[in-house]
Amino acid sequence: MTKFTQRNSLSRRTLLKGAASTAIAAGASTLGAPMLWAQNIKDVTLRQFGTGVSNLNDVALKVKEDLGFTLEMTALDTDSVTQRAATQPNSFDIADIEYFICKKVWAAGNLQAMDTTKIDNYDKIAGTFRSGLLTPESTIAQGTAPHTVGFTSGPNGTDFVQEESGWMTLIPTIYNADTLGIRPDLIGRPITNWSELLNPEFKGKTSILDISSIGIMDMAMVVESMGEYTYPDKGNMTREEIDLTIGIFTEAKQNGQFRAFWKSFDESVNLMASGEVVIQSMWSPAITAVKSQGIPCVYQPLEEGYRSWGGGLGISAALSGIELDAAYEYINWYLSGWVGGYLMRQGYYSAVPETSKAFMSEDEWGFWYEGKAAEGDILSPTGDKLAGAGEVRDGGSFLDRMGSVVCWNSVMDENQYMVRKWNEFIAA
Amino acid sequence: MNKLRTNPAISSLLMVSPLAAVLLIFLVLPIVLIVIVSFWQASEFSIIPAFEFDNYAFLFGSPVTYTVFFNTFKYALITWACTLVIGFTVAYYLAFHIRTLTWQIALFLLCTIPFWTSNIIRMISWIPFLGRNGIANSTLMSWGVIDEPIEWLLFSDFAVILAFVHLYTLFMVVPIFNTMMRIDKSLIEAARDAGANGAQILWNVIIPLTKPGIMIGTIFVVTLVMGDFITVRFMSGSQSANVGRLISNDIALLQYPSASATAIVLLLTVLITIGILLRFVDIRKEL
Repeated sequence: MTKFTQRNSLSRRTLLKGAASTAIAAGASTLGAPMLWAQNIKDVTLRQFGTGVSNLNDVALKVKEDLGFTLEMTALDTDSVTQRAATQPNSFDIADIEYFICKKVWAAGNLQAMDTTKIDNYDKIAGTFRSGLLTPESTIAQGTAPHTVGFTSGPNGTDFVQEESGWMTLIPTIYNADTLGIRPDLIGRPITNWSELLNPEFKGKTSILDISSIGIMDMAMVVESMGEYTYPDKGNMTREEIDLTIGIFTEAKQNGQFRAFWKSFDESVNLMASGEVVIQSMWSPAITAVKSQGIPCVYQPLEEGYRSWGGGLGISAALSGIELDAAYEYINWYLSGWVGGYLMRQGYYSAVPETSKAFMSEDEWGFWYEGKAAEGDILSPTGDKLAGAGEVRDGGSFLDRMGSVVCWNSVMDENQYMVRKWNEFIAA
Repeated sequence: MNKLRTNPAISSLLMVSPLAAVLLIFLVLPIVLIVIVSFWQASEFSIIPAFEFDNYAFLFGSPVTYTVFFNTFKYALITWACTLVIGFTVAYYLAFHIRTLTWQIALFLLCTIPFWTSNIIRMISWIPFLGRNGIANSTLMSWGVIDEPIEWLLFSDFAVILAFVHLYTLFMVVPIFNTMMRIDKSLIEAARDAGANGAQILWNVIIPLTKPGIMIGTIFVVTLVMGDFITVRFMSGSQSANVGRLISNDIALLQYPSASATAIVLLLTVLITIGILLRFVDIRKEL
């Protein structure tokens, strides 16, 4: 029931009338491609699916305006996205997925490797997605770090390689550092540790997300913060570690610690906005959504650091010819800044920050990226006020936030076992 | 051709064959497929044909399975009891207290009005009503009945059963009302003439004659509740589970063989339950 489909409402007829001229103009001038190409590309329809995070209708409208072809978008929840990428290869052309999903589905061969020489802004992609290093001094966090599943050995590779091989599995687009969301007005004291999620003080007023690959990492952060156990590698637990982690949470669940579990973005917004929950796992735009209802909500930076995730675009293995050209054109356009700027203004980070900067005002860039106090009102892409003058982003600058990442969303060797245990936790 | 028409065996065979074909393709075949898949193996992104009892071994080896099946029966039993009492009362009122047929039909239609909307919407509308700061709690607090919001109203077994009762009572009302309407009124007059009081008439005349309707309603409610997963997910805030949720979680995590195995066990359980129920009442008498 959490599925919903967004479809571009413009018909092919309107597209032919309206977009032919822009397509030719765009094809001839901006992209420098031949006229012939521009006339064919207008018939192309690319079908993209992914989570609600970046499957935005505004992007589809802008694609038509800038590139001239149609982009159909389907937004699903994380589990359904994985399911579709793995089992329905003919139902999509572009997969907008997270790196840990890529690790799960790449071996199925439904996606094709992408030639980095065809990606104009490849050199400007953030280090996190290439060498794995945010800055030359950074250490790589635990879990499925994007660069570990970002490259494959060749055009038909089904493996992952650790160096920049020139063939990418996904072209990175978006990433962020996640933490707990809190209602400061209902808590009334500072929160500084992950362990607060299981603090009996908040009995019956906490929540955790019911998506196993992400939830298990939040659990691990809490368990470490409580001092119960320190994992050699949170992103790759042994069976005993999985039992221990889920055991602690099952006990808490049976003691009535949780109000509910959430699976989709809007559920987390409702839980927080209605005051059913005062502290919970949350995603950045959900905080924004609560705030835009005029309810105080903080994306609380915590001492132990952040859990991070990254997403990118993959191309269906079935794509070839002009559709494949269109897909590359789309991806190049995606990295050229407009989408990046749009996503950054929602609180995410663009994988190519340099190009996105051009599509943001100086104040916006300062607020979202550099962690500076806002000089004027900060608006969301849809025009809601998110912060006023003088306010600072929760967690500070890009380097403060991404520099404190301690783990990535993961797929473990014992994934199968973890999934079954997770199912038991939900049912317990 | 003539021979065909005169041979009763062949003609009756031909008469049942369309229905048999439909049932075979749309009922038997899918179930057979589920049985086959339940013996397969699954990895993260693919299912592998095999013949293994792993899925069943894990299912029966996990204590959670038993809790979940117990939960499923608990929901079914409590919901059944509530819907029976409410359904019987409503049907009784409609059948014996409303005198004119017009009013009976009008009131009966009134009962069906909630069914003009989707059951998901009917279910979700309880959430803001029952929440911590919801209408129920704030009303009770403003009346001074309670000082603190009642937590167990939402995201609890209470909420789940409330939603079930709300959703499925009509399935009890309809068949009971139907059988009650067929009861010959002279039987009740005869009982009264013989000196029976209201309670005796109800117990010795009406209830025995309504049994087939009760049984049909019971089968509806029990199978609907045992097969449900979405009500349990929303109304318990994902905190409680029945077998349906176990299956839906498995599917979401791409564990199709394991989901199939659970589905087969659930199917057998429901069939056994219905088998037992049918021992009590001869439903054919009604049909």
